[in-house]
Amino acid sequence: MEKNINITLKVWRQRGPQEKGAFETHQLENISTESSFLEMLDVLNEKLVKGGQEPVVFDHDCREGICGMCSLYINGHPHGKDTEVTTCQLHMRRFNDGDTITIEPWRSAAFPVIRDLMVDRSAYDKIMQAGGYTSVNTGGIPDANAIPIPKTIADEAMDAASCIGCGACVAACKNGSAMLFVSAKVSQLALLPQGKVEAAKRVKAMIAKMDELGFGNCTNTRACEAECPKGVSISNIARLNREFICAKLKD
Amino acid sequence: MWLTKSSVGRKLIMSISGLFLILFLTFHMSMNLVAIISDEAYNGVCAFLGSNWYAVAGTAVLAAGVFVHFAFAIMLTLQNRRARGEQRYAVTENQPKVEWASQNMFVLGAIVILGLAVHLSHFWAHMMLPELVGSEELLLSDGVKTYAATDGAGLISYTFKNPVNVVIYVLWLCALWFHLTHGMWSAMQTLGANNNTWMPRWKMISNIFATVVCFGFIAVVIYGAIA
Ligand code: HEM
Ligand code: SF4
Ligand code: FES
Repeated sequence: MEKNINITLKVWRQRGPQEKGAFETHQLENISTESSFLEMLDVLNEKLVKGGQEPVVFDHDCREGICGMCSLYINGHPHGKDTEVTTCQLHMRRFNDGDTITIEPWRSAAFPVIRDLMVDRSAYDKIMQAGGYTSVNTGGIPDANAIPIPKTIADEAMDAASCIGCGACVAACKNGSAMLFVSAKVSQLALLPQGKVEAAKRVKAMIAKMDELGFGNCTNTRACEAECPKGVSISNIARLNREFICAKLKD
Repeated sequence: MWLTKSSVGRKLIMSISGLFLILFLTFHMSMNLVAIISDEAYNGVCAFLGSNWYAVAGTAVLAAGVFVHFAFAIMLTLQNRRARGEQRYAVTENQPKVEWASQNMFVLGAIVILGLAVHLSHFWAHMMLPELVGSEELLLSDGVKTYAATDGAGLISYTFKNPVNVVIYVLWLCALWFHLTHGMWSAMQTLGANNNTWMPRWKMISNIFATVVCFGFIAVVIYGAIA
């Protein structure tokens, strides 16, 4: 049922990558529980702009959980406490009247803050550029049945491909490790015949880039899997390890 | 060398050294159980190992295994702290799905290594060491009698007569239990020998194995204390 709540926000403000940041407290009244979390931030920004202050900078785009742009570490969880939703799919009905909500940017050495709540996730793009593709010439669109793929394998590849590259796995990990993301991107191709051709080269290039960019060593805490908005499983990390170790042993 | 230069390579070393230590623990625990069955049989095992070349070689390999595991644990932990960045979250909340042990492997390992030092001073220093350096003075003597280098059973009852030692050993073994419940399945995951079907199986195996090993050791401590 719709109702209005009053909340206190503690928002991280930081003018630039090198500047020192700090929390800023704002009161918001009459926030509809029907509104989404980002709409609530829009209300805050409108209020700030009207008061002659700088709006809070945060990333967002599709606002329907598919693009991976939104981020935010909300009350101790990336994308908030709800499971398998992105910040843009989080609703204010999850909060109560009088709540204090702390909003922080992703914190990881490889994801430096650009401004306020916006971080630089281009490290993920660099990992993708290192090998997260197939370079075979595919020609026209082939008949879907031309290459037989068992349903279980197709499903697993699809589950891996559901990764939207948001970075919550790195944000959640005490080791700042990007293994869940890289494992999803390696798996979505390594499972399928079209991707197998370059699998060994791909896994070596992507892991090398991941290490070079300063992401940590995975110690299998499973925080990534628990916080991933798409429920990507760490069985992908086992596959990534397997692919990498086999590729290196063959060299 | 990819084993030290890549994150997955470093983890592989952690996992293989860890599994090697697990293998050793299994042997050690089985051997200790002999002490509960018969003092003579246990001292027979001690005499068989003693300071023979194979026991000394085994000890050296073992020490190397502990050293590698420990050195890489320090390296990984420092690298991971750096990867996390200087700025920490102001608010964090535990995830019920994240095991406590998995977040505290270094602390648990550090307790294990401290316990190991105490343990070596209680037993190794009065058993293999005196034979190695050929010094009778290192043998343990409680005023009434001197314990021979092969009198493992005697040393057990001497050590665990002291309740402080019993508490130290039980705490040590509890830390080991936590380390193993996470470490064992984590090692399989690192090796790539895991998937959705095997995940619950490895976790179950790890829990059972850790419990059997730690209770086996604790049983001998309790036996030493009451016998
Ligand atoms: C009898 C002694 C020990 C056994 C059987 C053992 C076993 C293991 C195993 C099997 C793993 C999992 C490896 C993996 O995830 O791939 C592990 C991880 C770990 N061990 Fe040990 N360990 C022992 C002692 C120690 C000691 C003395 C330390 C020193 C601080 C230590 C620190 C760690 C750390 C930090 C990890 C997590 C690293 C990671 O998963 O990347 N361990 N251990
Ligand atoms: S694995 Fe999950 S948490 Fe990590 S980037 Fe992909 S969608 Fe985000
Ligand atoms: S804004 Fe696109 S996933 Fe949230």
